[in-house]
Amino acid sequence: MSMTGQPPVEAFRVSQLLYDTRYRSYTIQVFALAAIMLAFAWAVDNAVQNLEALGKDIDFGFIFETSAYDINQHLIDYDSTSSHGRAAIVGILNTILVAVLGCIAATAIGILAGVLRLSGNWIVARLMTVYIEAFRNIPVLIWILFTVAIVNEVLPGVRSFRGPEGMSGLFFDSVFITNRGFYIPAPIFEAGSAVVGAMLVLTIAAAWYFGRWARVRQAATGQILPVFQIRLAILVLPVLVAFFAMGSPISLEIPALKGFNFKGGIYMRDSLIGLWLALSVYTGAFIAEIVRAGILAVSKGQTEAAYALGLRPGRTMSLVVLPQALRVIVPPLISQFLNLTKNSSLAIAVGYMDATGTLGGITLNQTGREMECILLLMAFYLTASLTISAGMNAYNRRVRLKER
Amino acid sequence: MKERLSVAFVAERQIPPAPPPAKTGGVVGWLRENLFSGIFNTVATLLSFAFVAYVLASVVPWLFLDSVWNASSLQECRKIDDGACLAVINERFLQFVFGFYPDGLRWRPVLAFALMFIAIWPALFASAPRKLLIFTGLYPLLAYWLIWGGSFWGPVGVLAGPVLGWACVRWLPGLMRGWLDERLVFLAAVGVGLLATVLWWLFGVTVFDDTLSAVLAVDLDSVESARLGGFLLSTIIGVSGIVGSLPVGIVLALGRQSNLLIIKACCVGFIEFIRGVPLITLLFVAWLLLAYFLPPGTEFDLILRVVIMVTAFASAYMAEVIRGGLAALPVGQYEAADSLGLDYWKSMQLIILPQALKVSIPGIVNTFIGLFKDTTLVIVIGLLDPVGLLQPIRADQNWNGIVWELYGFIALFFFIFCFAMSRYSMHLERNLDVGHR
Repeated sequence: MSMTGQPPVEAFRVSQLLYDTRYRSYTIQVFALAAIMLAFAWAVDNAVQNLEALGKDIDFGFIFETSAYDINQHLIDYDSTSSHGRAAIVGILNTILVAVLGCIAATAIGILAGVLRLSGNWIVARLMTVYIEAFRNIPVLIWILFTVAIVNEVLPGVRSFRGPEGMSGLFFDSVFITNRGFYIPAPIFEAGSAVVGAMLVLTIAAAWYFGRWARVRQAATGQILPVFQIRLAILVLPVLVAFFAMGSPISLEIPALKGFNFKGGIYMRDSLIGLWLALSVYTGAFIAEIVRAGILAVSKGQTEAAYALGLRPGRTMSLVVLPQALRVIVPPLISQFLNLTKNSSLAIAVGYMDATGTLGGITLNQTGREMECILLLMAFYLTASLTISAGMNAYNRRVRLKER
Repeated sequence: MKERLSVAFVAERQIPPAPPPAKTGGVVGWLRENLFSGIFNTVATLLSFAFVAYVLASVVPWLFLDSVWNASSLQECRKIDDGACLAVINERFLQFVFGFYPDGLRWRPVLAFALMFIAIWPALFASAPRKLLIFTGLYPLLAYWLIWGGSFWGPVGVLAGPVLGWACVRWLPGLMRGWLDERLVFLAAVGVGLLATVLWWLFGVTVFDDTLSAVLAVDLDSVESARLGGFLLSTIIGVSGIVGSLPVGIVLALGRQSNLLIIKACCVGFIEFIRGVPLITLLFVAWLLLAYFLPPGTEFDLILRVVIMVTAFASAYMAEVIRGGLAALPVGQYEAADSLGLDYWKSMQLIILPQALKVSIPGIVNTFIGLFKDTTLVIVIGLLDPVGLLQPIRADQNWNGIVWELYGFIALFFFIFCFAMSRYSMHLERNLDVGHR
């Protein structure tokens, strides 16, 4: 009689596993899991058999064995008596070096090109279009080989800097751009430079704190301080005082031509230069498109509203347009940084010893342990990528539009 | 009030429209507006023109006026003129296209390439006859046979597998109906069909091939993979990757969106893993490790392994692109499909995917372009794609020291293909845009 009573409780029938959508998903998942695990087991079993047939085993002990090869660019102490593990770390540091340099340069190039492509100047916009299309449609490997070739073939040889009538370096004869790479001055830290460094950290903290205080004060009183100038003073003056008080502990070592090569300073190898330039100009083309899309994504009404409030163009850009554009720009920008890092593995084609060149190259060839080397290599890149994308996701959550 | 409105204030005739001031109209106005508005813009314009003039002045004479097309070595080139030595491209053109593919057999890849356009025609343009889709389905096997050669019955045997499976699904239910639960019949038929296909591939194909070859041998000279190279190799890897990555990517994207936890976890794991490592490491896997994970003694062609890895790589990126498209659809579309009573696959096929794919076309084509560009990476595992051919050419005594001509030529090839793809995607976007927004 009662229409509003509980629905009749049906007894579970086996056929529900197949025909009832509530239960079918479990059936599917169990079967899928079984299939995947079977496939895995099959692959692992094959690997075990194959390795046994070849008389090999999985052993990561080679990491501690002597590497017996040289690496031409090492940021930490390394020679051929070091272990394979240390060689891998040298490679990883080299990867990080070129990736960080590349990300900075690519961002600068990309923002410039993206903004210029939107400029009202016809020819500048066209030139940027040509740049972006050319780099986006030609493989990065060709650009890397091409740039290294430019460094090697077009730049002047070391010899042309010799003698009184030879060329002189840039910036008061301190930077030498040659076909073997760039020679730049190196900072030398003597006793007392720690004080200067500590002072620098202090001033940065002070400048940051001052900026916050000024904002709070502005919100409370409406008065605007010349924040930029005061910050600059806070940053520079104490450091200068500390620098001279400690008797100029930091100096520059300028490279000088001795014999057949430059001595002293920092030597940026041709492969590093070529790889760095190619990766940053290539990725810059992609970043330019991202920047352009980000700026176009902020509707014109926002700019007009800001003008209507009486904000000047500069403040409109920094307070209204950029914060909104950044929300669109940053996620794909980070994924471009990841792409650049992964593309830096192409270093192997120009002989730059990055992680792929050491761990996945010479170490692999010398020890014959493909499985272990490639696993470690993948683990490195995977860790780097996942760390960065975790950071990116956190950022995304923070800046996401709070919608109702 | 009336008095103040004197007649003298009313215009008696219309003033003829005057042309706009010379400064704002015509060529001069355009120039002022777009090139010389303000000091900064003027300087930028002049600098840009100077740059363009400089580039043209150095490239045009080098590439067109002073270039040498006919010579047998770099020294001879330099003797004739000081421009680009395009003779190397003239001489090595066929090698760039085919790698070391045997001379007499080159009509086969050319034929396969030409047939490819017929095969992709119905896929790309809705106006093509629909019957051609059958040819499109058969094309991969045909192309394989044409390029690698061997017995014709091999590909036919491979094709016979799915046909056998389909036949099982089609006719088995009728046979089984009498002695099996009605509702299990179809499922059983599908299971038997799948099993039959796999078993046929594992054991039947070789027997089939041998038997038919003994009766009627239809053979092409077989060409080993090591001889494939140049643009032919790039195209093979690129096209198979593109064709394979789209369906796999769609499945992965749907899996990632699904609410079946295990399936979702597997898809996420696969996608994030692939996107987290560089393609080079995957190529290393294809080169050195893949053989370990297959039954002992399996012989497996290197190019096929590379194609598999490149496809897996591209499909992870494709999945993310398509996921973006799926996420861009309003929830109402999913709900509307459900409320019509469509099941999952029907709603995906008829409602969700057509819209999601349309939204993600630019991303899909970008992935295609990226994949095609990435085919150059195969040089690190020793395959001779165009970039890989540079080494043997430069090692030749005649052409030792030649640089820019070769890079330029390869870059031009990739540019043409990738640029064409991106233009096609724009065309597609315009055509499919029905103006919902």
